[in-house]
Amino acid sequence: MPNPIHLEVNGKQYAVQYDPQTPLLAVLHDELNLTGTKYGCGEGQCGSCTIILDGSPRRSCQIPLIEAMGSRITTIEGLEKDGQLHPLQEAFLEAGAFQCAYCTSGMIMSSVALLQKNPDPNPMEIAQFLQGNICRCGTHLRIIDAVRRAAKSLQERAR
Amino acid sequence: MRSPSEKFIPEPERYEFSAGPFHHFELARRQFFQLLGAGIAIFAVAKDSLVAQETGPARAFHGEELPKEIGAWLHIGEDGRVTAFVGKTEMGQNIRTSLAQTVADELRVPFDSVTMVMGDTALTPWDAGTFGSRTTPTMSPQFRRIAAAARELLIAEAAKGWNVSAGALVARDAKVSNPATGRSLSYAELAKNKSLAKILPADEHVTSPNQWTVAGTSIPKADARSCVTGRHQYTSDLHRPGMLFGKVLRPPSFNATLTSYDDTGAKSLPGVTIVRDGDFVAAAAPTEREALAALAALQVQWKEVPQISSRELFSYLKQNASSKSNSDHQNQEGSIEKGLEGAAHRLDASYTIAFIAHTPLEPRAALAEWSEGKLTVWTGTQRPFATRDELANVFHIPASSVRVIVPDTGSAYGGKHTSDAALEAARLARAAGYPVRVVWTREEEFTWAYFRPAGVIEIKSALDADGKLTAWEFHNYNSGSSGIETPYVVPNKHTEFHPVPLVLRSGSYRGLAATANHFARESHMDALAHAAGVDPLEFRLKNLSDPRMRAVLEAGAKSFGWPQKKSHEGQGFGLAAGYEKGSYVSTFAEVAVERASGNVRVVRLVTAFECGAIVNPDGLRNQVIGANIQGLGGALFEAIEFDSGRIRNSHLTGYRVPRFRDIPQIETVLLDRKDLPSAGAGETPIMAVAPAIGNALFDASGVRLNHMPLVPNGLKS
Repeated sequence: MPNPIHLEVNGKQYAVQYDPQTPLLAVLHDELNLTGTKYGCGEGQCGSCTIILDGSPRRSCQIPLIEAMGSRITTIEGLEKDGQLHPLQEAFLEAGAFQCAYCTSGMIMSSVALLQKNPDPNPMEIAQFLQGNICRCGTHLRIIDAVRRAAKSLQERAR
Repeated sequence: MRSPSEKFIPEPERYEFSAGPFHHFELARRQFFQLLGAGIAIFAVAKDSLVAQETGPARAFHGEELPKEIGAWLHIGEDGRVTAFVGKTEMGQNIRTSLAQTVADELRVPFDSVTMVMGDTALTPWDAGTFGSRTTPTMSPQFRRIAAAARELLIAEAAKGWNVSAGALVARDAKVSNPATGRSLSYAELAKNKSLAKILPADEHVTSPNQWTVAGTSIPKADARSCVTGRHQYTSDLHRPGMLFGKVLRPPSFNATLTSYDDTGAKSLPGVTIVRDGDFVAAAAPTEREALAALAALQVQWKEVPQISSRELFSYLKQNASSKSNSDHQNQEGSIEKGLEGAAHRLDASYTIAFIAHTPLEPRAALAEWSEGKLTVWTGTQRPFATRDELANVFHIPASSVRVIVPDTGSAYGGKHTSDAALEAARLARAAGYPVRVVWTREEEFTWAYFRPAGVIEIKSALDADGKLTAWEFHNYNSGSSGIETPYVVPNKHTEFHPVPLVLRSGSYRGLAATANHFARESHMDALAHAAGVDPLEFRLKNLSDPRMRAVLEAGAKSFGWPQKKSHEGQGFGLAAGYEKGSYVSTFAEVAVERASGNVRVVRLVTAFECGAIVNPDGLRNQVIGANIQGLGGALFEAIEFDSGRIRNSHLTGYRVPRFRDIPQIETVLLDRKDLPSAGAGETPIMAVAPAIGNALFDASGVRLNHMPLVPNGLKS
């Protein structure tokens, strides 16, 4: 029986018994029932599984469980605080920035990381940063609009 | 021109369908009210010939079966909650919202009080499947009629209670009021303690689009909040107690057969169930990793068969076309010979279209659970009732013992008509004795699903000295007959579709063969315009008589600014237009070609679209832009490469799809025709993208590209 691996996800501590090479995505999605992070390709090419690990956006399908041990992980479920949505979540809603919405968690998490790095990105910078996130339904323009709205909203709050 | 409500005939390229019997759903009326509680229910009959039946409260629901040809139903509860039921499925096209708007509008209730129950074979009426842009033209009218009937029933109840004539009363804001007395009763109060059922097909007077209040507005997507919080559960997110994870052993190539099999190493692994059924081999285990390890522990050998490669594809298609023409599509008018005689301009050309993959972001998935001989499967299928019947057949149980439930799914684009994952999960679940969830990998999705058919198209054409078409001969090999007929005026034409034995598993894709046929036709029309020295827009308008086609061309041209003078080297402008499934589209494109590198960039797209009366403008805009973006992929770089029965680019690294940096400036012009019935919009907007870009590339470089994809590796001069 392997030793339990300790994870911190959305501020909570978990101990999981899993093959240490299991992708973090599988553990989050199938074991911890945090199903907001999605499988799209398993190869780090589509961005559906994006989470934030120690402040950086990462594709959780490419992180073996053992590497995530000791790190602070935030998933889409961790954005909402006491029923209050994160400004990016609000912005995606206002902009209607989803159709089938399967890419949405990954888009939002990548965007959270973008705005932490660059609080006022222009559309080209947003497109560049989100190049690794696929939206097959073609909602890109509204996603860019949502990120712009959230950037504005966050800047207004900061004043 | 066919109207949207005409009988739907499946196109030949829907190879993945089998012509099954027309099954009907039987939910006893008593069960219906038991499930939903007392209230008022209205059922719409799909066929128009049945006689309306009124039922009184005394015997409304005691053990009576419902008539079989029911297309939709609606329930108003004692709490005022309105529930509408439909067998269609939500895949991101947002019909969940637009149908609810239609109900709310006609019933005169707030949008938020309407719940749609969709795609559940135990609760919703039978449905052929969610495809063909059919939902809006077929379900909107049915829901309008039943909502109108419900409204009249509520008014009649109030009239009875107040002992006044129904004509004196008004229904609005979920209540019936008498303007003369100021009295009103809410729908909830009127439904209290009643169990009334009414079956149409009465010709209820429905509200004309000019008076829509809820329909026709841009209401946000229903259940939107769960989409941004990660709470919405797709099939691949669902969990059942005791659930195992299933994985299927895939052969090394198509048509391979199992020649040796030894599962001793795999069977003994803890918690693992192995299933072998002919050439179907699969494992279920407590984790996905363990299921994969179990498959890896199998000792198997396969016999493979030689198959053609994508390099030989197009010559193969032409050489193997059926010598007997497909009687579903051959159309002849006038005489081609006559039309070609003495023509001022002649143009013959050949076009090729590659196989492409739908690439839905949620791969196909199913969760199957057996309980006392009954099977429940959650799966993202566009045809829940066909899946139900297939499962019933395969397991030799009655259809009434199978329930298929479709959660709102992570897209499909025509690619999720088959029941593969459902069958796999159900087989494993039966063997394991526990629920099993199967989720395909991206590689499996690229390999074991089905593709939009490849094709070869040959056109012979002629113009007279006035630049008018005199002959049009159009042959499509393999890809299909959707959109094969030209919308232009030609006195002599011959159109024919030639089926070819399947090379790769093929089936429906957004727009079907209309993407191929529009590409060929509109590229050819552009070449003809250049041959005649006529502006491409003028040329099309000159050869058209359809005012709706003219309208989208003129609207698109106005918004784009056509014609435009080039302002720098490598710039090009092109246009294309089409008609399909009751709606009209035109696309105008601006491209930029880097001469040295051959890099192509689509700078701007303007698409004008008209589909009758618009139900949700914002939802429609999303569909049009989404189809344009998806169309960029098929236009520019998507192509399946294969040989020896293997897909060579079965990963996102090898199969390029449009990403953020590929997105051009996109504008849409939506023409709202409130005087015309609403047509569907899921497919037509994709059709003019590829030819518009191809035509713009010709304008930029002088190179005429007759293949889809146009520039998978940039433009070589």
